[in-house]
Amino acid sequence: MSTLQIDKTVDARGMACPGPLMNLIGAIRQGQIGQVFEVLSSDEGSKTDIPAWVAKAKHELVEVNQDNGCAHFIVRKAR
Amino acid sequence: MTAEVVILGGGVGGTIVANLVAKKSSGRAHVTVVDTTGIHVYQPGFLYVAVGKEQPSALRRAETSLLRDDVSLVVDRALRVDTVARRVQLESGRTLPYDQLLLATGSRTVMDEVQGAKDAHDFYTMDGAVRLFEALEGFEGGTIVIGVAGIPYKCPPAPVEFVFLLDDYLRARGIREKSQIKLLSPLNRAFTIEATSKLVQPILAERGIELTGFFNVETVDPVAKTVSSLEGETMDYDLLVLVPPHRGQKVIEDSALGDERGWVPVDKNTLKHTKFENIWAIGDTTNIPISKSGSVAHYEASVAADAIMASVKGEAPPKHVYDGKVMCFLETGQGQATTIQFDYDHPPVSPTPARRWHWAKALFNKTYWHTVPQGRLP
Repeated sequence: MSTLQIDKTVDARGMACPGPLMNLIGAIRQGQIGQVFEVLSSDEGSKTDIPAWVAKAKHELVEVNQDNGCAHFIVRKAR
Repeated sequence: MTAEVVILGGGVGGTIVANLVAKKSSGRAHVTVVDTTGIHVYQPGFLYVAVGKEQPSALRRAETSLLRDDVSLVVDRALRVDTVARRVQLESGRTLPYDQLLLATGSRTVMDEVQGAKDAHDFYTMDGAVRLFEALEGFEGGTIVIGVAGIPYKCPPAPVEFVFLLDDYLRARGIREKSQIKLLSPLNRAFTIEATSKLVQPILAERGIELTGFFNVETVDPVAKTVSSLEGETMDYDLLVLVPPHRGQKVIEDSALGDERGWVPVDKNTLKHTKFENIWAIGDTTNIPISKSGSVAHYEASVAADAIMASVKGEAPPKHVYDGKVMCFLETGQGQATTIQFDYDHPPVSPTPARRWHWAKALFNKTYWHTVPQGRLP
């Protein structure tokens, strides 16, 4: 488990549309540099979409954990 | 005793619930709809106004013509909901007491949240669609960029539909060869739904429409005519069309009924407010993780109406709950369209684009006035 302080959790489990990544983007848009976001997603596509977007947008993917079919992504807003 | 059911918002959701509650109540409830204009607007038509395929007047009707005679319409602006005293404060100074309250206020667009985007075009308001068509009529070639400046936004497939209709428009005017169409998507595909994106991406390529993924519009420089993304990229344009950021209505924010963007937290199945027993919300108004669209408001309306009636009668909540159903059309240009259908448990599916789906959408748009607001279409 992470010992990081999470500033905002986006619970996107069961979400089909607009999707966990879109909610993460929305949260990051509203957030401050340095804040840490946690996204919970049961969507298979998130496993590739979220790391790909985080890399493209030059934020930091801190951790990815799996738990009962749900993936937890921890992302720090880097810029 | 007659219960007072107050509905804020005379859009598709509010109007259906008003009619269904009044019909089912047998005199046990009096329904009041509060709407700021008293004019019902068919928003899916904005897309067609923007490319000159529809007249604004065809998209407006008096709300009273869509409501049953036993529903009261108050044309006023709701300023604040007092959840303790159970009343709604209106701009005119009047207050409306309620026993059951439905929030169907929808969303509003806030282009001024995007730095430099004041003069960017959009097709998310009637004025925006009219102004965009005027700009297109004066367009003689160059680069048209279509981007998304905020999430969530109404009708996720709309930017894709717009670029297809724009391609048709430019071809009909004989200036397609002198024009570039660039679609900037927030995701690494055409839009949110993967299966439908796979279907439309080859058609975008075939029509020469350039797709750039992971481009979430952040700022615009109207002098240099460039648009920049949250991801750090910049693109030139001659004509810029943006999906504006959306948020909930001010009355929701001012009454502390929603989250930081004014979306109302409700149970995704029962549509009841997570904090208040006698408040419900449907359509764009909610924070449910589903498309903001008329289709969702339509399917949610009968659930909310049954729940409100059960509450009025002091009965147990109905078994009929919202299952996340969405059904919408997606124009793919050249007279064809596809559909998108899904719910909470079934992923989206889309058939191969065909003429019959384009005609089905056109038929739905025309017959809407006689079927949907009255609750005649389940």
